[in-house]
Amino acid sequence: MSEDEEDETRGGEEKRRSPDPGRGGGGGANPPPPFSDQVLENVLENVLQFLDSRRDRNAVSLVCRSWCRAEAQTRRDLFIGNCYAVSPARAVERFRRVRALVLKGKPRFADFNLVPPRWGAGFYPWLAALAPAYPWLERLCLKRMSISDADLSLLALSFPTFRDLTLICCDGFGTAGLAAIAEHCRHLRVLDLIENDVEEEEEEMVDWVSRFSTTSLESLVFDFVGCAVNLDALEALVARSPSLRRLRVNQHVSVGHLRRLMERAPQLTHLGTGSFGEGGGGGGEVEVADLEAAFAASRSLVCLSGFRDLAPEYLPAICPACANLASLNLSYADITAEQLKPVIIHCHNLQTFWVLDTVGDEGLQVVAATCKDLRELRVFPLDVTEDSEGSVSDVGLVAISQGCRKLRSILYFCQRMTNAAVATMSENCQELVVFRLCIMGRHRPDHLTREPMDEGFGAIVMNCKKLTRLAVSGLLTDKAFGYIGMYGKLLRTLSVAFAGNSDLGLRYVLEGCPKLQKLEIRDSPFGDAGLLSGIHHYYNMRFLWMSSCKLSLRGCKEVAQRLPHLVVEWIRDKPEEDDGEAVEKLYVYRSLAGRRNDAPPFVEIL
Amino acid sequence: MSTDTGKSSTESEVSGLDYEETELKLGLPGGSRIAGSEPEKKRGFAETVDLSLAGEPRSRDPGDRSTDGLVSGAGKPPAAKAQVVGWPPVRSFRKNALKSCTYVKVAVDGAPYLRKVDLEIYGGYQQLLTALEDMFSCFTVRNYPNERRLVDPVNGTEYVPTYEDKDGDWMLVGDVPWKMFVASCKRLRLMKSSEAVNLAPRTPQGSTSAR
Repeated sequence: MSEDEEDETRGGEEKRRSPDPGRGGGGGANPPPPFSDQVLENVLENVLQFLDSRRDRNAVSLVCRSWCRAEAQTRRDLFIGNCYAVSPARAVERFRRVRALVLKGKPRFADFNLVPPRWGAGFYPWLAALAPAYPWLERLCLKRMSISDADLSLLALSFPTFRDLTLICCDGFGTAGLAAIAEHCRHLRVLDLIENDVEEEEEEMVDWVSRFSTTSLESLVFDFVGCAVNLDALEALVARSPSLRRLRVNQHVSVGHLRRLMERAPQLTHLGTGSFGEGGGGGGEVEVADLEAAFAASRSLVCLSGFRDLAPEYLPAICPACANLASLNLSYADITAEQLKPVIIHCHNLQTFWVLDTVGDEGLQVVAATCKDLRELRVFPLDVTEDSEGSVSDVGLVAISQGCRKLRSILYFCQRMTNAAVATMSENCQELVVFRLCIMGRHRPDHLTREPMDEGFGAIVMNCKKLTRLAVSGLLTDKAFGYIGMYGKLLRTLSVAFAGNSDLGLRYVLEGCPKLQKLEIRDSPFGDAGLLSGIHHYYNMRFLWMSSCKLSLRGCKEVAQRLPHLVVEWIRDKPEEDDGEAVEKLYVYRSLAGRRNDAPPFVEIL
Repeated sequence: MSTDTGKSSTESEVSGLDYEETELKLGLPGGSRIAGSEPEKKRGFAETVDLSLAGEPRSRDPGDRSTDGLVSGAGKPPAAKAQVVGWPPVRSFRKNALKSCTYVKVAVDGAPYLRKVDLEIYGGYQQLLTALEDMFSCFTVRNYPNERRLVDPVNGTEYVPTYEDKDGDWMLVGDVPWKMFVASCKRLRLMKSSEAVNLAPRTPQGSTSAR
């Protein structure tokens, strides 16, 4: 599930801009309508059940109370973008027949250790409300929530028809919880564990793979579950799961075991290859030719990932599958352009490609020459430090822009960039919706002209008319933000780090970008004046994060006072730097639930 | 011949060995896992070069550095410059996945919890032991002539740092050159001295220990 799919809506979280958003609009508390109206509502419900898009549903719910009730009765998929924006009780009160829930917790900067542990976003309060309210709950997707083994156990026992569990960037659980899910969810189809923090000591490990009771498994993703699994049990599970289409294993599965798994499941569409090397303890030697045969036999493969401990001689074994691949993730494989070439030249239909910068500009040139249909590219750094050499540069970016004209989304880590290259991409790739450039050295200018990177990012917002998500980096002045405010009219998500000169920068953005939903800023010289310039807009946003800026208590308190339905959290996790006046970390979000009652001691809600 | 990075100067104290001698006898464990890594010799060269540049001040505008062909940042002492939290913005699971070989668990006999350390961030044994001392704050480091021990001042129990290597053998920490230790250590255990007698006795300085 990509962050790019996130969409903020007001109705789905019951947000209203009316003076009293707390009381009106809810369906459940009103007396029942007269009979004729009830008939109309029933008719409406029969129509509305076909409506899938939550934006459409939100619009419907705003028409009148009757429509709001009818919509609430027919909404099966509930999306809560911020678990603190609404109380669980209120959500289940309004939407009585939910079958699927998406719930998101911590702000994204938590991924980079900026949010202290135990900040919040515990799943239990929601679970306690969901269990009695939605006994027929089938699907759950949690992102950046804290969920314990006990929670998973309770989940498994509370919903007899539960089918799909997706956990993304969550923490707090281990193999005991997974075992509970496996054992008690007899109709489980999907267990996708994506990038979670599953840390466990070997002594406490539970053999969860042996516990599966379902026979209708369609998807099993555990590529970042850190503990080794029972490989025989895994093989047996795969063998008795005829519906299995997606299997992504962790690095403890060697290439030998992988081959056996592939033989059991030639119908797979998505495969995470585990180590793709010798790592993982045996499984035996595998001939490249045998491995290649396994890939040749897997005719349905469209998505490949893994390669966590790649033995490079095995890589060409995937060639038979390359022509059909829509998605290839090599971002854990330290390979050179030479090693990439023989594989990538077959990937004519590739739409999504993730890779490490070790392939260099030269590797990206080969990608550009072959993957004409590429929609999403992510280039990650092998050496994640500011001082690293960096192996890709403006040259690679230009090459991609010339070869991959349909590009919609790019994430590019580098150390050397030029305004000209970024401008070239803005001209060549008119379909760009997501542009995230990370020049890793802080405050780095255009490496040829020594100018700030203002003009490059300016060109992006100016030329890429569909852009909704932008991440900036490098040396940037307020001018860059001026461009963003002027041209970024569809911008929903903006990430800023080590940029800008003054409050003006923040003002340009808050005053200029009417669709802004998510704004995350770190280490930039924006202060109270900038913060206050967004007062007119904060109720329309999912959140604002500002850390290591120039905010003071006075300014933050003013925001809190003027916007009573905004929760203004002052995170004070560095007592040694706390002088009682400067606000080092600020997290602001709208909420119908008021201040949360589970805030830890280091969070002060203003 | 010291092959240390700028951070630590005590490595050579521990074993009194130089790289040539150890290479011939024991070979290099797991070196190929690390990106672009060559036998220790190359790293030694890089460090030697780096030492001569160590005095170079870090400029605010690092653009120059990125274009010269000098030894890469990998040789520069990271401790000298404050690493900013969460920058560059790469999720920790990805960082850990790419350097997973150097994270090891640390267990202490009698303590119910485990910790993890990233061996790569330490320059040598002294730094590691100091870090362990900080981590399990009840200990102080006591230096013996041939080894180091950690002592719980409350009851005087002595703990000897031991580690499990790639072959599954438990060894005393400090026997091999630091880099070799980092490459072969799978996990650490602070063993009570009374139990450590079961391990191979320490060989006197000047020769490698083998089991």
